[in-house]
Amino acid sequence: MNFPEDVRYTREHEWAREQAGVVTVGITGYATDQLGDVVFVELPEVGRKLEAGKAFGVVEAVKTVSDLYAPLAGEVVEVNGALGDDPAAVNRDPYGAGWMVRIRVAEPQAFAGLLSSTDYAKIVEEQHR
Amino acid sequence: MEPATVLKRTPFYEFHRAAGARLVDFAGYEMPVRYTGDVREHVAVRTAAGLFDITHMGEFEVRGAGSAEWLDLMVTNHVGGLAVGQALYSPMCRPDGGIVDDLLVYRAAGHHMVVVNAANLAKDFAWLAEHKPPGISLEDKSDATALLAVQGPNAADVLRGHVPDAALELGYYRFTTGALYGVPATISRTGYTGEDGFELYFDPSHATTVWNGLMESGRPHGLELIGLGARDTLRLEMGYMLYGNDIDDTTTPLEAGLGWTVKLAKGEFHGREVMARQKAEGLKRRLVGFQLDGRRVPRHGMRILSAGRSVGAVASGTSSPSLQRPIGMGYVETALAANGTALEIDNGSTPLAARVTARPFYTRGTHHS
Repeated sequence: MNFPEDVRYTREHEWAREQAGVVTVGITGYATDQLGDVVFVELPEVGRKLEAGKAFGVVEAVKTVSDLYAPLAGEVVEVNGALGDDPAAVNRDPYGAGWMVRIRVAEPQAFAGLLSSTDYAKIVEEQHR
Repeated sequence: MEPATVLKRTPFYEFHRAAGARLVDFAGYEMPVRYTGDVREHVAVRTAAGLFDITHMGEFEVRGAGSAEWLDLMVTNHVGGLAVGQALYSPMCRPDGGIVDDLLVYRAAGHHMVVVNAANLAKDFAWLAEHKPPGISLEDKSDATALLAVQGPNAADVLRGHVPDAALELGYYRFTTGALYGVPATISRTGYTGEDGFELYFDPSHATTVWNGLMESGRPHGLELIGLGARDTLRLEMGYMLYGNDIDDTTTPLEAGLGWTVKLAKGEFHGREVMARQKAEGLKRRLVGFQLDGRRVPRHGMRILSAGRSVGAVASGTSSPSLQRPIGMGYVETALAANGTALEIDNGSTPLAARVTARPFYTRGTHHS
């Protein structure tokens, strides 16, 4: 499985893309494969403060339900409202149209501490074996 | 997560791998839960045709004089009423009315075949063996039986020319034996999807012949591989039971809405007394179907509430691909079982508004009845 190199990753199968102190967050292609067809995404309100590693939302698939975990601490500045009508975008385009929240990160340097594409691929391989 | 024991594999395992299936432990078997996507697979079965590997299910052969009478003591439906070439669906109950399993009984020319849920295979065999009179033989043929299901409006087209013509003329819950892609098979017009379809029993040594034959003849008819995920959404849209979710040792067939399978008039059977009493006195609780607004999915075990009071639990729930809304089933107090009754499902955060609905949820299926 290939993981884009322009984003960083967490062990909880979120990805994060940084731009000028704001990080866009979604779930990885591996996560969507595990979940199956996504039918509902519960996202936080804009303005909510997130703690790193804490649940901030829920993704429901046909067969399973899973929490979403914040990769970094910060404040939610935007959520992907389009997922309300089109949750399947998470499966179709997990790193693009399937994005979930944008967070203004509390500590910009923390982004570099997230996993690289290579490191994440290794973790997936271990979990999948 | 490492499996505690070595998982069994069906003779189609390598085909599942090659097709890119996600495999999971199901009743001790490594089974495909999904190939391309739950919804896509579901839609393929509703609109074209799907192929399911259900070899994990158990097959018992019952032989000997008095087999039908004995099976009639063990199950609630009427085995004695079957003609050769006919099958029936029935719960098998304990004396207290609890359901040991739900199963199919086939009446063949010289024996009966009992088809049971994989998860209950050992329990069922022990239960039957324990109650078996001398003179009747009970044999577990599961390891010598491969089982595939072809389901969907195009199922007969997939098989045309590769089974005896008579097999395509079979009525629902009828079966025959004959050549399937040139190999001996039992061909049964049964299924768990609500669509027209067939279940195909044959020796595992012919697995490759039959699989490849189906792949080839199925292609022009849109045959897709279907995993356990879509199998569940398909059966739940029909309101069919999943043992362990909707029925178990603590529920009776009447509570589950399976009254049509309980033949009190046929004579003695395990659980008859309890069911006769339930019928006379009325039920305390019933399995109901419900639909929800919004998108959040009810899940097995969630509490069902009425006016803030807990009145039962969700047995099965899913997002229905055909209805494009969440559906579920659960046991509630009889007073709340009427269609249209407003309920709430407690999913731990938000209470979900639900309304009791008639089953099946999906009413446009193509199965012959």
